[in-house]
Amino acid sequence: MKKNQFEKPHDSIKEPLVHIIKREDVPAWEAWGIRIVAVVLGMMVCALFIQGITDLNPFKVFGSMFNGALGSSSRIWQTLKDMALLLCISLGLAPSFKMRFWNVGAEGQILIGGLVSAALMIRFGNSMPSGILLMIMAGVSILAGAIWGLIPAYFKSRYNTNETLFTLMMNYVALQLVEFFVDIWDKKQSHSVGVINSSTKGGWMPYLFKQQFFLMVLIVAVLTIGMYFYLKQSKQGYEIAVVGESENTARYAGINVAKVIRRTVAISAGICGFAGFLEVSSVSHTISSLTAGGRGFTAIIVAWLGKFNPFAMTLISALLTFMSRGANQIASDFNFNKHASSILTGIILFFILGSEFFINYKLVFRKHGKEAA
Amino acid sequence: MTLTTFIAWICAAITFGTIIMFGSVGEILTEKSGNLNLGVPGIMYLGAIASLAGAFFYENGNPAPVPWVGAFISLVCALVASLLGGLIYSFLTVTLRANQNVTGLTLTIFGGGVANFFGGSLVKLSGGVGQISVGTTSSAVRAQIPFLSTALGPISTLLFSYGFLAYLAVVIALIAHWVLNKTRVGLNLRAVGENPATADAAGINVTKYKYVTTCIGAMIEGLGGMYYVMDYVKGTWDAGGGLEALGWLAVALVIFTSWKPKNAIWGAYLFGFCYWIYLYIPSSLSAALAKMLGAANVTHMQNLYRMIPYIVTIIVLIIVSKRKRRENQNPASLGISYFREER
Repeated sequence: MKKNQFEKPHDSIKEPLVHIIKREDVPAWEAWGIRIVAVVLGMMVCALFIQGITDLNPFKVFGSMFNGALGSSSRIWQTLKDMALLLCISLGLAPSFKMRFWNVGAEGQILIGGLVSAALMIRFGNSMPSGILLMIMAGVSILAGAIWGLIPAYFKSRYNTNETLFTLMMNYVALQLVEFFVDIWDKKQSHSVGVINSSTKGGWMPYLFKQQFFLMVLIVAVLTIGMYFYLKQSKQGYEIAVVGESENTARYAGINVAKVIRRTVAISAGICGFAGFLEVSSVSHTISSLTAGGRGFTAIIVAWLGKFNPFAMTLISALLTFMSRGANQIASDFNFNKHASSILTGIILFFILGSEFFINYKLVFRKHGKEAA
Repeated sequence: MTLTTFIAWICAAITFGTIIMFGSVGEILTEKSGNLNLGVPGIMYLGAIASLAGAFFYENGNPAPVPWVGAFISLVCALVASLLGGLIYSFLTVTLRANQNVTGLTLTIFGGGVANFFGGSLVKLSGGVGQISVGTTSSAVRAQIPFLSTALGPISTLLFSYGFLAYLAVVIALIAHWVLNKTRVGLNLRAVGENPATADAAGINVTKYKYVTTCIGAMIEGLGGMYYVMDYVKGTWDAGGGLEALGWLAVALVIFTSWKPKNAIWGAYLFGFCYWIYLYIPSSLSAALAKMLGAANVTHMQNLYRMIPYIVTIIVLIIVSKRKRRENQNPASLGISYFREER
């Protein structure tokens, strides 16, 4: 018997197996619970990976990782130092990214800040009181970073020049400048400046409580709180948010968009330049093309994942630094190369990125019973 | 400057340009679907290490490796590894709607980690000693066209002295141009990149387009990695991170070409030409400049000459942006994940 094709119109419409719905108002505990589950799952994949290439007991490897990152007081300080540097750069990037200004030029801004710091150390390290010299170095490195950011920002605000490409190219220009000056300052033709002022310690950040990095960590902590209030509470922070949401809205509200762009990028790049100063003055006491070391890119991840909230960014930089220092320890304990840390960091980040989906969306499966009724 | 030097310069430019041409044509396709993939360096790394590892295991396992088999295995490995990279990116950004920038950057960290890890320890992990080297496969990848590459003197050197991948890059760029501008698929793809909601309403499967283009784009980028490792550094591993810098240049070239694969051909070569300029600047000029800037050694000036390609890029960028042209803009939905129920 011929079936009436109009009898059951629903039969021809295929309902998808899963259906995605946007979730609003996810409680904070649930959101953090999902993220923690993601990190744990990521760790498990990391363990599988480690076991796959080395046949080692993953728990032993994680023990070694923990030991490497937090195993002794000096290791804790090394971890804190790395974390402070990464966080400082991400704090710098947060305002510009919140404004949707793609500052991928942090590497260059760090290098330029570090370069002028090193130049001042070499020139005045033995003739100026260290305190005054440090102040000048900090100020000039902020200025240098800000200028390095202002060049693309000016063209962005004037001609809407693509800032991603511009800031990226500025990285390489800064890199070559550093290489140029390293060769000029280097007297031994070894293509390295060596430790600057190793005898007089001119321009070195002073030790506080016998700790090399105490002052630096303290400065970054203050900066973190300052940036939180700047973005959340100040008028400028609000203007950044409005320009980031929509330039037209900002213009309609009477905000001078060009001015906000330049000011924000100057602040942003200035902090990155300051991070270069911290690296040179407090950590390495030298300058090379490796001074920025890819942190300028990692910091973008920190700023985005932390949704520009300085406290969330602190947590993420802590996690990433723990991973990388821990993985370096595994590398030296079990004798394989240090790039394993990037693989592990990548895996964990993939899981955190994927977990955001389950915080923002809900999966609804097809209900068979209801359809049949 | 003699003709021979000049031709050598152009050949170097073409070799260099080929790497970033693969990267940028792949990324142009990806971005045309609205996906901003900052993972290009990572994907190129994945392609590079897979092609090297494939060739390594083949050459190690065979007492008398056949060059073209090695090259074929290497090619397949590069394509599969970079496809996996593209799949990770697509799954996270298209299916799970993760932030595209962070996902891309993470992919770059991950790919760089995988490549440098295995590039540095592959020999050790398989129980050998020394540096990784796959001369046989590399020679096949670099093989020049017989007869043509010598018959016409300088013209042969200029046009026919490259491995097959250099020609493949140009062919892929032209095909990409044709697909994007002359076919229905290309039209749909551009619609997805410009306005996914409208494309969706018109019955175009947005998810499918994004996945397929991103993965094809990734495979093209992976070829760039293979070309780097097999041709540019001749079948060894470069632990200096040179490939990452080239990956970023490929991303930059996308904007430089204003999202047109055809422009990537001359853009990449031009960039290569500027990149090698530091070797060809007359030494008398260098000496004068060095004296002026107080550099003790004339070779120090090379550090400054190496800025030239980047500064040229910046200047071109500013000039292009001053003449605001609508068709030179990026796809409108670039960087934004699409969710159908969000209007």
